[in-house]
Amino acid sequence: MSDVRYETYMTGSIKPLPFCPGCGHRTLNEALDGALVKLQLDPEKVVIVTDIGCIGVSDQYFTTSAFHGLHGRSITYACGLKLARPELTVIALKGDGGCGIGGTHLLNVARRNIGITLIVANNFNYGMTGGQHSVTTPSEGITSSTPWGNIEEPIDLCSTAAAAGAAWVYRATTFDKDLADVFATAIEQPGFAMIDVWELCTAYYGPRNQLKKKDLFALLDRQEFKLGLQVDQPRPEYGARYRQACEQRNQVATTKGAIEPSYPNFIDKQTGIVIAGGAGQKIRSSATLFAKGAIYAGLQATQKDDYPITVQAGHSISVIILSPERIDYTGIESPDFFLLLSPEGLARARERIERLPATCTLYADEALELPATNAQVHRLPFADLGVRVGKLHVATTALGALLEDSGLFPAEAFAAAIESFQRPEIAEANVKAMKAGAGLVRKTRP
Amino acid sequence: MSFPDQRSGTRVAFEFIEGNEAIARGALRAKCDFVASYPLTPASSILTYMLQLLPEAGGIAIQAEDEIASMGFCIGAAMAGRKVLTSTSGPGMSLYSENIGLAIMGETPMVIVDVQRQGPATGSATQGAEGDIQFTRWGTSGGLPIIALSPATVGEAYELTYRAFNFAERYRTPVFLLTNKEIGMTKESVSLDAIELPPLVERKRVPPGQSEYVPHFFRTAEEVPAISDFGGEYVVRYTTSTHDQAGYLTTRPEIIQEMLAHYRAKIEMAIDEITLVKQDLQENADTLVISYGVTSRSAAVAIREARSRGRKVSSLVLQTLWPVPERAIQSAMAGVKRIIVPEMNMGQYLIEVERLAPRDAEVVGVNKMDTTLLSPAEILEQGGLQ
Repeated sequence: MSDVRYETYMTGSIKPLPFCPGCGHRTLNEALDGALVKLQLDPEKVVIVTDIGCIGVSDQYFTTSAFHGLHGRSITYACGLKLARPELTVIALKGDGGCGIGGTHLLNVARRNIGITLIVANNFNYGMTGGQHSVTTPSEGITSSTPWGNIEEPIDLCSTAAAAGAAWVYRATTFDKDLADVFATAIEQPGFAMIDVWELCTAYYGPRNQLKKKDLFALLDRQEFKLGLQVDQPRPEYGARYRQACEQRNQVATTKGAIEPSYPNFIDKQTGIVIAGGAGQKIRSSATLFAKGAIYAGLQATQKDDYPITVQAGHSISVIILSPERIDYTGIESPDFFLLLSPEGLARARERIERLPATCTLYADEALELPATNAQVHRLPFADLGVRVGKLHVATTALGALLEDSGLFPAEAFAAAIESFQRPEIAEANVKAMKAGAGLVRKTRP
Repeated sequence: MSFPDQRSGTRVAFEFIEGNEAIARGALRAKCDFVASYPLTPASSILTYMLQLLPEAGGIAIQAEDEIASMGFCIGAAMAGRKVLTSTSGPGMSLYSENIGLAIMGETPMVIVDVQRQGPATGSATQGAEGDIQFTRWGTSGGLPIIALSPATVGEAYELTYRAFNFAERYRTPVFLLTNKEIGMTKESVSLDAIELPPLVERKRVPPGQSEYVPHFFRTAEEVPAISDFGGEYVVRYTTSTHDQAGYLTTRPEIIQEMLAHYRAKIEMAIDEITLVKQDLQENADTLVISYGVTSRSAAVAIREARSRGRKVSSLVLQTLWPVPERAIQSAMAGVKRIIVPEMNMGQYLIEVERLAPRDAEVVGVNKMDTTLLSPAEILEQGGLQ
């Protein structure tokens, strides 16, 4: 804070506040100025954030920084500013209209407890667009969009914010003598603070509903809304919690990322491999390790996966391409190798299997009933072996068998990938599974 | 993407990562320090990677309540000095729309990633497409230009994310990275460290000691105004409404026109600096293939095949889609009789190519939007390259 004493935060350089005679917005702005004078904050460290409606023009009458955003979204910009620069004092001004269109932001800022102040200028209708009804228009209220009387019920902004977990909530009117002090108290809250300020729209809602000062208080009574402090339950502010959590959190175990090619390979053209199984068979992660093994063997690789949104049920299919050269097109019309490990994989890939060319080798679990196909079929007892090595290792077993049979690259390269990217106990089981798969193929040889 | 020559003993370390991770890593390399996104496949994992990477780098990553809030958080943070990124797919782009206009109006540096999926609406969740090309250009009211880059590979996703931040900071504008499920969720062997990147660009900031800050100060229309971040030395005004250079609302037509001309000029006058293309031209080629994104990889295979059959075919791959690199396109078109434009949509960039093509050249779109990649065979056949 500087040594300068700020007498006002309202600018004299542009025309006076433009509000209608008697409109509550003027009083509200003056009270905000009073609060800022009381707090003596440096103007460049304060941001007044507004959105749409008559109240939305307020920001430019202050000597503080100002952010005038899209209708109903002031809370989002205010949160971005506060998260980015926690030392800023961020005050959002919003109308009751903004609380309707941006209702989700109100709920979420209260829930998260981001340390901004929200001042709602609540005059029960949209002044700027011609006096239409809002989410706070009283029942039976006459507006340009409820000419027969409002048949919707108003929401209580204070109890809505409270229900969403707001730490500090206050209801005031522009007739309150202590409004500036209330604003100052709100601004000083470390967490989210909201003031619902009831006021008169003298252009539309007031005259249409004969709503004057005394009627405003009667309306509060009729709706059984209380004035004054509604919630005062401080809890840690979001940004502070975020920073604390970052400091306290354990370092995420980072897997080794770099793969230095260090094995030979025996592939002279782009080679496509499809592995089709079911959820829980570790198809995708095994395929990734296999591709990494290929990279250890000096190959380029790509991988795409196909699985349903319900990830723990149904099929799981991975498509791998290996090549000694840059891989451009990542689709495969005719795979060179196809591994089929479960009924779910078969169900999903049936048409594809029927179309496999004679140049493709299909390794299929013994138990599966295959459709007619031109592929060269190798039947292997993957599932049986899976009972012994565990379901989680079936895919590694099958890929071990593929390597043994095809000789695409050395099994040592696959083992290197497994050992580099998996925890030791899992890696050990997987290398065993890979070798067991190779054993299955060797057994079939004469 | 380079391949290690085992015989020469060159040691290049590879990773096996998907495009979305490359985007997160590219952003981090560009010193991105604020991310707000709402989960939407195929873009979701960008947020996940950022939630893992940013806190350790001193940044903030947050899952917002929706796409509108994602943009709001990012715009607020960007104007408070953060380098921001938000990521989504087509349905989220629709919700970004209004705030994209705000970012243009307020001259906000930010990177917006659209990992395209087949649409419209929820479309094929989750399959690839390139259906948001024109939507990105015209996706908010007012029709003012933006910058959009389109990577073809995981490595380019990394590189172009980094460059997108540079352009955003340099031109104070939202920059779009138009990628595709087919890159975002495809893993590739890549050596990110081997990718050469230009120097990092930071926004031009107002020097200290000025009497006041004029948020949109320019002397000539194309000049990019210097920024003072919220919370810095100066009082800052930012507004969604039509304003003058000082950020005050204005109704004066001549000032409004001057501001609008400025938004346009700062992008369009810089077109040569923004243009990123890869051209592979053949002498006396009668055919040119203009492609971008993942489809350019199918095109590369098709072109190799056509050339092996003796066809003279040139290739122009666009990494910059918006503003349209018109000079590069027209230069590549010189002398060709046939221009093929393959796209995973019903013909969107085709419109731009058609308006630039010589009168005597035939422009042929090869289009498909059935969730699968355009294959080299389809480009050869439908492009008449057989």
